[in-house]
Amino acid sequence: MKLNLRIWRQKNAEDGGRMDNYELEDISADASFLEMLDVLNESLIERSEEPVAFDHDCREGICGTCSLVINGVPHGPRRATTTCQLHMREFKDGDTITIEPFRAAAFPVLRDLCVDRGAFDRILQQGGFVSVNTGGAQDANALPIAKVEADTAFDAAACIGCGACVAACPNAAAMLFVAAKVGHLAHLPQGEPEREQRVVSMVHAMDEEGFGSCRNYYECEAACPKEISVDFIAEMNRGYRQSVSKGVSA
Amino acid sequence: MNLDPNIPDGPIQDKWDLHRFQMKLVNPANKRKFRVIIVGSGLAGGSAAATLAELGYDVDCFCYQDSARRAHSIAAQGGINAAKNYQNDGDSVWRLFYDTVKGGDFRSREANVYRLSQVSANIIDQCVAQGVPFAREYGGQLANRSFGGAQVSRTFYARGQTGQQLLLGCYAALNRQIGLGKVRMHTRKEMLDVVVADGNARGIVTRDLVTGKIESHAAHAVVLATGGYANVFFLSTNAMGCNVTATWRAHKRGAGFANPCYTQIHPTCIPVHGDFQSKLTLMSESLRNDGRVWVPSKPGETRGPAEIPDAERDYYLERKYPSFGNLAPRDIASRSAKEACDDGKGVGHGGRGVYLDFRDAIARVGEDAVRERYGNLFDMYERITDENPYKVPMRIYPAPHYTMGGLWVDYNLQSTVPGLHVIGEANFSDHGANRLGASALMQGLADGYFVLPYTIGHYFATQKPGDIDTDHPDFKRVEADVHARLNKLISIGGARTVDHFHRELGRLMWDKCGMARNAAGLEEALVRIPELREEFWSDVRIPGGDTEFNMELEKAGRVADFLEFGETMCRDALTRDESCGGHFREEHQTPDGEAVRDDANFAHAAVWEHNGPDAEPTRHVEPLSYENVELAIRSYK
Ligand SMILES: Cc1cc2nc3c(=O)[nH]c(=O)nc-3n(C[C@H](O)[C@H](O)[C@H](O)COP(=O)(O)OP(=O)(O)OC[C@H]3O[C@@H](n4cnc5c(N)ncnc54)[C@H](O)[C@@H]3O)c2cc1C
Ligand code: FES
Repeated sequence: MKLNLRIWRQKNAEDGGRMDNYELEDISADASFLEMLDVLNESLIERSEEPVAFDHDCREGICGTCSLVINGVPHGPRRATTTCQLHMREFKDGDTITIEPFRAAAFPVLRDLCVDRGAFDRILQQGGFVSVNTGGAQDANALPIAKVEADTAFDAAACIGCGACVAACPNAAAMLFVAAKVGHLAHLPQGEPEREQRVVSMVHAMDEEGFGSCRNYYECEAACPKEISVDFIAEMNRGYRQSVSKGVSA
Repeated sequence: MNLDPNIPDGPIQDKWDLHRFQMKLVNPANKRKFRVIIVGSGLAGGSAAATLAELGYDVDCFCYQDSARRAHSIAAQGGINAAKNYQNDGDSVWRLFYDTVKGGDFRSREANVYRLSQVSANIIDQCVAQGVPFAREYGGQLANRSFGGAQVSRTFYARGQTGQQLLLGCYAALNRQIGLGKVRMHTRKEMLDVVVADGNARGIVTRDLVTGKIESHAAHAVVLATGGYANVFFLSTNAMGCNVTATWRAHKRGAGFANPCYTQIHPTCIPVHGDFQSKLTLMSESLRNDGRVWVPSKPGETRGPAEIPDAERDYYLERKYPSFGNLAPRDIASRSAKEACDDGKGVGHGGRGVYLDFRDAIARVGEDAVRERYGNLFDMYERITDENPYKVPMRIYPAPHYTMGGLWVDYNLQSTVPGLHVIGEANFSDHGANRLGASALMQGLADGYFVLPYTIGHYFATQKPGDIDTDHPDFKRVEADVHARLNKLISIGGARTVDHFHRELGRLMWDKCGMARNAAGLEEALVRIPELREEFWSDVRIPGGDTEFNMELEKAGRVADFLEFGETMCRDALTRDESCGGHFREEHQTPDGEAVRDDANFAHAAVWEHNGPDAEPTRHVEPLSYENVELAIRSYK
């Protein structure tokens, strides 16, 4: 198929950036979206132009490295699918496709389509764990956990930390990301001892990083490639209020 | 080259306990005065970094991704083994040990494998304590399944995302230490060289992938946890950034490289479907628990799968290996698929595919039960191929997946360079010539949580704590080498892309040093690779400069290393004149196509020593002896 691409180009964090147009021909419908960009880059290099920088690694939808806002939608048009798993059969011959980075004040652009998502790591460093050292753990089956609870914890733990939720939110809020980690540990007995402190510290860290506030648009859930439910946000809000009312502070 | 494996004395069951007792300890007050560099944040590196920080050491951890959580371990699907015997089906430390030595086709070191089996149970306990949401039964207990090459159910899993959940557990432990200021995490920093000063590993040189800045980092010990080199084949199931750079450059600074020809070709991957293909996707081996593998009995069959009656299907694994059937080990399952396709019975694009069929499983347990077990894998298959595997059988073909070879290490996980330790897939590991399913995650976490934190202390006890810096002239020399190499790459200004050369090399390696190898093909490759390397260094084009974010330059450095490494890999495959595990030499097979080992001449690890850019490397050996498992012909019939 033949495509017109409109792609965000930006040399580095200081550069203002602009949209550039490219035409591509002979793209197979079976190619993945990133393979289509590989083809574009090979042709740019052969013409002595600078290739488009975009983040990617596993290309299996699990590492959370790939990003891209495709025609206005983080990870593109197919539900529950990361950009690397999106295939060109979702598009039509002759389509114009607009490709931009995940935009948010807390995710500065590094180059072209690559952004800095380090804020996510820093939030998790403030409580996204169970404080247990290596060694000395009891036998794993000494702590039975009801299957439904374990499954709910898993639903939250499935987050790949890609940042689509932030990119989709009109306020660039990180609530779904934070709620997924809080929810994962809140549904397990291992997370119980630190539950109150965790939610308060992580919400505080999120605010410090400059993410916006949640107005219940639920765009995050719609964009999440792992379909993480906004119910976890409601749970987190409840947990946060209870903890703060008990006097827990960050 | 000193290849003393330093195996402790005593009966195999007691070696590790005795060794832990005999090793020197570091005074707790001194631990923070020892700096450790860990390159890699996957299961091996992440677990080691967290644990060493918990013990009080001063840790720097590096990865090339933008977050430690994105290391390639995240992509493991199927599960992790442990000798827990929760299913009461006769498993034990001894059985896991035996299965692993046999599965590795008697080319691994017994003492290491036994230790791995011993600590396997602790891994599961540790992960559960961290909140890893393993699959559970309705009674709240942990669930298990059986996995390729094993007849007991010892595999723990978390839906089809076991690696992700284990890595998030270890990343959480790492985050805790980062938050406490005990680990300095360096993301988007690629290690480009090791600094060996006065005979000991003393640090690394890295490139900041955003700014291009070259930096030196000094420490009392360096740990490489940089994963495997399956991307030498260009197309593999590994992430795009997986590389041999870290281990290869350490090799060029003196670390012996063991068994580079041992590579694992995974039997169940989505087949290649076009020239634009950038990577191959694994379909978890757990699918073989319920899916049946078959090809049409008649070569050149044109009917669709639904129209082929059972009598005209060849369920070749069940036929050839009645006791293991579809669960035969990976090397065997892969080779059988290749054979079927070589015989003209392959299906799909280019006749390079076999069916993995769930029809019978769906009839037996229902579509919902199959969805519960494999739903996410089926969805992934459908997204990629646009075919619904609940209705038509999957098409699969083998693909490069894992590398058993790696830097040689002794029982203490130390390489031939003092102070340079290697863990996880990056070392030549405990898997011999073939790795069993669900054992890589186990080995990575065993090394990082339970082995290295002890054995590295033994090394520190021989070192002086305190100041260490990058002023040593050896740091300046290595930095200058790194700069020179980058400048050279940028200045070539040729006509071809990096991917062009990578694809060429990959095709050559797959044809000549892939699932089946022979002397003539390997000799051809040994002529062709240096030519290709020459072409690369005179005709590659890398746009942009070295002091900016430049992904082509990153790739070029990695491909340049694969172009050197590939040659050693072929050389190793050529000199290992036998078939064993994943290394199948066509000259050495039984009339019905089974691998024939040559224990008299090859019961050893081959360890390569680098002799400079223009000289041939030297092959050394570490003899392997089997005192607890009888050397036998590996049979899965
Ligand atoms: C698709 C797939 C599925 C798998 N499924 C299973 C399974 O079900 N069970 C199982 O047991 N095994 C499985 N494996 C194998 C297993 O996942 C790997 O062997 C294991 O995770 C490797 O872990 P590691 O920590 O050694 O390396 P990795 O996880 O690969 O980590 C390497 C780290 O090193 C860093 N690094 C590499 N080079 C450099 C450099 N030059 N500079 C700086 N940093 C660098 C990377 O950034 C990364 O952090 C699977 C593998 C694949 C490909
Ligand atoms: S590249 Fe890993 S999720 Fe897309």
